[in-house]
Amino acid sequence: MKPFSVCLAALALSASAIAADDAVLLRNADVYPVTAAEMKNASILIRDGKIAEIGEKIVVSKGMKTVDLKGVRVYPGMIDSGTNLGLTEIGSERVTNDTGEIGEFMPQLKALIAVNPDSATFGVTRVNGITSAMTYPGGGRGGGGGGRGGAAPQFIAGQAAMIHLSGWTWEEMEMVRGAAMQLSFPAIAGRGGRGGGGEEPEGGRGPAPFTEAKRNYDQQIQKINDFFDAARQYQKERTSNAPGFTKDLKMEAMIPVLEQKEPVAIFASQERSIRDAISFVDRQHVKAVIIEPRDLSKVAAELKAHNIPVILGRTEALSQDEDDPYDKEMTLPAEAYKAGVKFAFGTFSNEWSRNLPFNAARAVTFGLPYEEALKAVTINAAEIWGAASMTGSIEKGKWADLIVTDGDPLEVTTQIKAVYIKGKEVPLTNHQIDLYRRYMTRP
Amino acid sequence: MKKILLLAFVALAVRAEVTVIRNATIMTEGAKGTVKGSILVRDGKIAEVGENVLVPEGATVIDANGQWVIPGIIDCHTHIAVDGNVNEGSVSVSSMVNIKDVINPEDIAIYRALAGGVTVGNVLHGSANAIGGQTIVIKMRWGKDADGLIFEGAKPGLKFALGENPKRSGSPQPGSNAPLRYPATRMGVEDTIREAFNEAVAYKAEWDKYAAAVSAGQHPVPPRKDLKLEALKEVLEGKRYVHAHCYRADEILMLIRIADDYGFKIRTFQHVMEGYKVAKEIAAHGAGASTFSDWFGFKMEVFDATAYNAAIMASKGVLVSVNSDSENGELMGRLNTEAAKAIKYGGMSRENALALVTLNPAKQLGVDDRVGSIEVGKDADLVIYDKDPLSEYAKAQKVLIDGHKYFDRDEDISGRAGREAEKQKLLEMEKQDQAQRRRGPQ
Repeated sequence: MKPFSVCLAALALSASAIAADDAVLLRNADVYPVTAAEMKNASILIRDGKIAEIGEKIVVSKGMKTVDLKGVRVYPGMIDSGTNLGLTEIGSERVTNDTGEIGEFMPQLKALIAVNPDSATFGVTRVNGITSAMTYPGGGRGGGGGGRGGAAPQFIAGQAAMIHLSGWTWEEMEMVRGAAMQLSFPAIAGRGGRGGGGEEPEGGRGPAPFTEAKRNYDQQIQKINDFFDAARQYQKERTSNAPGFTKDLKMEAMIPVLEQKEPVAIFASQERSIRDAISFVDRQHVKAVIIEPRDLSKVAAELKAHNIPVILGRTEALSQDEDDPYDKEMTLPAEAYKAGVKFAFGTFSNEWSRNLPFNAARAVTFGLPYEEALKAVTINAAEIWGAASMTGSIEKGKWADLIVTDGDPLEVTTQIKAVYIKGKEVPLTNHQIDLYRRYMTRP
Repeated sequence: MKKILLLAFVALAVRAEVTVIRNATIMTEGAKGTVKGSILVRDGKIAEVGENVLVPEGATVIDANGQWVIPGIIDCHTHIAVDGNVNEGSVSVSSMVNIKDVINPEDIAIYRALAGGVTVGNVLHGSANAIGGQTIVIKMRWGKDADGLIFEGAKPGLKFALGENPKRSGSPQPGSNAPLRYPATRMGVEDTIREAFNEAVAYKAEWDKYAAAVSAGQHPVPPRKDLKLEALKEVLEGKRYVHAHCYRADEILMLIRIADDYGFKIRTFQHVMEGYKVAKEIAAHGAGASTFSDWFGFKMEVFDATAYNAAIMASKGVLVSVNSDSENGELMGRLNTEAAKAIKYGGMSRENALALVTLNPAKQLGVDDRVGSIEVGKDADLVIYDKDPLSEYAKAQKVLIDGHKYFDRDEDISGRAGREAEKQKLLEMEKQDQAQRRRGPQ
């Protein structure tokens, strides 16, 4: 066995020697690594798609391709922590929609294998500097049934994947196959806009009475716990190879979750749901990320105490409650930061994914320190999704996921001059730019 | 004594009508371009703009402290402040219904739009019908009643809709029990509009004949008034604008040809995501285009949407604005950066980009003599931003309409604790009230 692995290593070495011809040196740029201080007039050596070296003095070997970036900046590519990229082309056209399979508990489903690398949205998104994304198997707001709606509520939609936004196949785009198990946590419906309901409506009309809604809600949480308990039982039988044990694909998919290798991405928005989700995480001993916790400010201390990171939705949003301050959604990131809750941003819409940086900037406008906003679209996301060794900052050994800009990458008027994904320069074009060029020439 | 006091109040009130905003960077969107200086407001109108403006005695002075001032933002397409459903979906031609009848001045969206610098909005029906209903232009005078919101003198409009939305009721989702409603295709949408104008032309002829007879001194029996056709007659007479929801190039061209045939004008094409494909035809017709900054992919008919739409259309001579289509005021509250996207996508100049949400929509709504730029004689609808308004980092600090302050961020923030306490008090009273009722009469 040993000589064979040596042989493999030798093969790998010679492969990298050949690939050295593909090395690219980005020179004289202002480099913003995110995890370290800004470097003026620095160079980045890209080899085999990875960052091989960063520094002021990198020796240019003969024949090496160099790109002069004087006067522009280099940042790590941005990461959107909430999308259905590759799975949904046109939201309202069912046949172009592969999110939301039928079934209440579907942990065996993998978003990755349904990613269409030629989805027009990839090109639109990456020219704005987004180089990776989490893509989820479900829409996130319950309701399975292949996007048909009206089906039974869905709890586990399947495995979300972290992907690069460029590649010939989904295998080439894969970063983390099972980056998270998507779980939609129940919520008590009918919370009105006028001060929060909770009282039984008179005359038996309108939403279900609170006691009924609460019973239903508790039953749903019980159902989720039962499923996890069953998975735990399966895990035991599997380990002990109990008599009569047979392999079950659903349960197999739960093993990495139970082993805390894969976090549960829990969609919980309301205070009660978030609190109960935290209790659930405690009880089941799983790793968790809470997705779009709109009522974060009321539970920030608990989230911090449990060390649970969150994915915040768009700051280009308004509170449903008319009594809330107009800027409630915009100040949410600043509140998370002040409470010490770790967070990243997700847009939760393919069409708005390209506006990820603007949402981060808006958080700054309403009180978040700038550096934290930048981290929330880069390194924080990479860390939360287990991809920090691959992307999220400009560091030696990571994929060269880089963007070249003429200014602050979060600012709306900034131009993205170049995008590198896994060290390859991605053409700055897409369906929208093609149409622009074509129709500007119409006589 | 009472009289004297009253007089003193009146004098104070008169004096208070003069406001000076000084020490500001002013993007006038007028001939003066961007200037550093002051704006003098008298009786709700802009009286002076310049580097050196004398502050009259007793004037209210707002020191902008180097901050930015722009004209109040105008949204050429919104659905806020509407009480209930925005579609009268029972018929394909519903020109008899009027948004003016269902204005809800207590919609919180008005305040939230205001907090984002919006001072004027074109409130429209939805797009379920080929010919929707009558539209109205409002000012965001938060706190006034429904009549107080209406932009006096602004010409009303009529909403049209083309493409997927009006044909949806003719082709419901499989399994739906909804009755079929004509039209179900773009061909049917064209026919629906033609049939309506065919009727309207005959109706107008009847009334013209009647008017001629009356002016000839005769005493004819007046024709029967038809409220549906009355609105279309006003379109034919140029008394009512047409704002047409559309996406694809084919349907845009189709409506231009109907308008040509019946002798009326399309004032604005709304959304118009493929407007860039027929920009030449839109410009030749003299229509404006009010589009989204960067929407795409949400339905099939926007598959060819491009964020460069505004820039292409503008470069081909179309009067372009950027709108929100907002129901809750969210996108409305950040139209300044929606405009800035035209700098990113297509390299528009800063002034031209800001005009997309100020002067251009004012022109499209025919109110540019009143609003849309900071020029002497116009309404003092002004927004003060803490930073460059075309930056993501800017937020509106103060918003003036007709010279009156309707939004102040500092006051909004300082009032929050009090409003929350009041809410809790009311909730507590409600709880006690309910407990009392449960216990029954004492």
